[in-house]
Amino acid sequence: MQPEAAAVERVFREEYGRVIAALVRRFGDIDVAEEAAGEALVVALETWPASGVPPNPAGWLTTTAANRAIDRLRRETKRDAKHRAASMLYDDSPHVPTGPVEDDRLRLLFTCCHPALAEEARIALTLRLLGGLTVAEIAAAFLVPEPTMGQRITRAKQKIAAAKVPYRVPETADLPQRLGAVLTVLFLVFNEGYLATGDGDPIRAELTGEAIRLTRVLRQLMPDQPEVAGLLALMLLTEARRTARVRDGQLVPLADQDRARWDRSLVDEGHALVRECLAVNRPGRYQILAAINAVHTDAPTAADTDWSQVVALYDQLTELDPSPIVTLNRAVALAEIDGPQVALAQVDRLPLAGYHAWHATRADLLRRLGRSAEAREQYDAAISATQNSAERAYLSRKRAELT
Amino acid sequence: MAHYLLSVHGPAERNEFGNYGSKDEMEAAFAATGAFNDKLKADGYWVFAGGLEPAATATVVDGQGAAPVMTDGPYLESKEIIGGFWVVDAPDLDVALRLAAEGSKACRGKVEVRPFEGVA
Repeated sequence: MQPEAAAVERVFREEYGRVIAALVRRFGDIDVAEEAAGEALVVALETWPASGVPPNPAGWLTTTAANRAIDRLRRETKRDAKHRAASMLYDDSPHVPTGPVEDDRLRLLFTCCHPALAEEARIALTLRLLGGLTVAEIAAAFLVPEPTMGQRITRAKQKIAAAKVPYRVPETADLPQRLGAVLTVLFLVFNEGYLATGDGDPIRAELTGEAIRLTRVLRQLMPDQPEVAGLLALMLLTEARRTARVRDGQLVPLADQDRARWDRSLVDEGHALVRECLAVNRPGRYQILAAINAVHTDAPTAADTDWSQVVALYDQLTELDPSPIVTLNRAVALAEIDGPQVALAQVDRLPLAGYHAWHATRADLLRRLGRSAEAREQYDAAISATQNSAERAYLSRKRAELT
Repeated sequence: MAHYLLSVHGPAERNEFGNYGSKDEMEAAFAATGAFNDKLKADGYWVFAGGLEPAATATVVDGQGAAPVMTDGPYLESKEIIGGFWVVDAPDLDVALRLAAEGSKACRGKVEVRPFEGVA
């Protein structure tokens, strides 16, 4: 691809969510919006290399796409399937190119993450419509054949149209729960990038990056929701450690990471968000997880970690989310204060057989207690339970080091 | 506005109190369902609703051949069947889902929400 065309494609992808969201509001139909956006890209590829990227590319693309869509819909008005979409042209609300466009993205995000859609469909739709990723890219990211992913997205769009999933930000009463569903989707995208499944790259930076980009957008759109800030902080503080987290294809645990390789600007931004959340004082799951990560990223060396603060934060999290996984993570911190014996007693009781982190934690605690034979068994269980290549490599090395 | 079928799914086998554990429970569910129906009418969502006789009373008819073929019993033999339904006219899925949740609570059953492609 020529450099000009690549630049156009890049702008198009960055602005895709904004453009699609505005077009969906205007035409009330996702397929019409996507087709029109595709046509606008063709026009942009023809004209931008000569004229330069317009000052408001999203506005330009939206207007161009809308004009194409109107032409097309007028031509096709007789066709039944398009008839309803075309009829929406006549009760069109006035198009304002900047302000409301932002809100349009928020509406579309809530539509994509609607509870009537399966979680995997929510993730795929969000990445497609708001992230601007291609079906092929999403399929590759989730290790699904492209036709399968295409069908998943098509079905979800059909359901949105046929069942009339509304295109709006939920009312205040429903907002906490619906926002929770949106945050879950963004966090799942991030996690798939951060602890990627399959034999490929152990970290997929394109997914962590996309999750952060979308969460930043949500943060702009909902600045008063501390859980959004909390999730963004959690992602930034995790992403900051990305390059230090894998060495020679092996996972490097937090304690062994070269902290000089952490991305200071991401750490600082994450810490600022955590402080902001503390000031708001409406704690939630993601804010507490972010605060725990802030304690870790605040310590110049692993030995400097304020473990009692970490345990206190996990106690707070347990009150909101009394799940065995929270207890497991709390026990890891507890081992640093009360020793591996105390932690192991708590971990052993948890109903998490088959969960890689449970076996890996038990393996580590048993190793520290000198119970090598049992540790070996747990490493084996963890190795077969993990789907991440770097974690598998790390666990295999630790197992081999047992005496 | 769009039409949605809210169908109530429950066990195919019924006891003397329908799908309910006791007479009191059955009567409470009927009363709550009646109140929900009244509310649907008052709020303008009501199109039609009804409870169905047990699946054993069903007959499947295949009229595609020269003479219709009758088969005793429901089309699908299963442990869970549709026991009743509402047809509502709602502005969007969120409203239909909210109505389904209220109906489910009233009749004490799981409710499937399905949009109509069209109504004659």
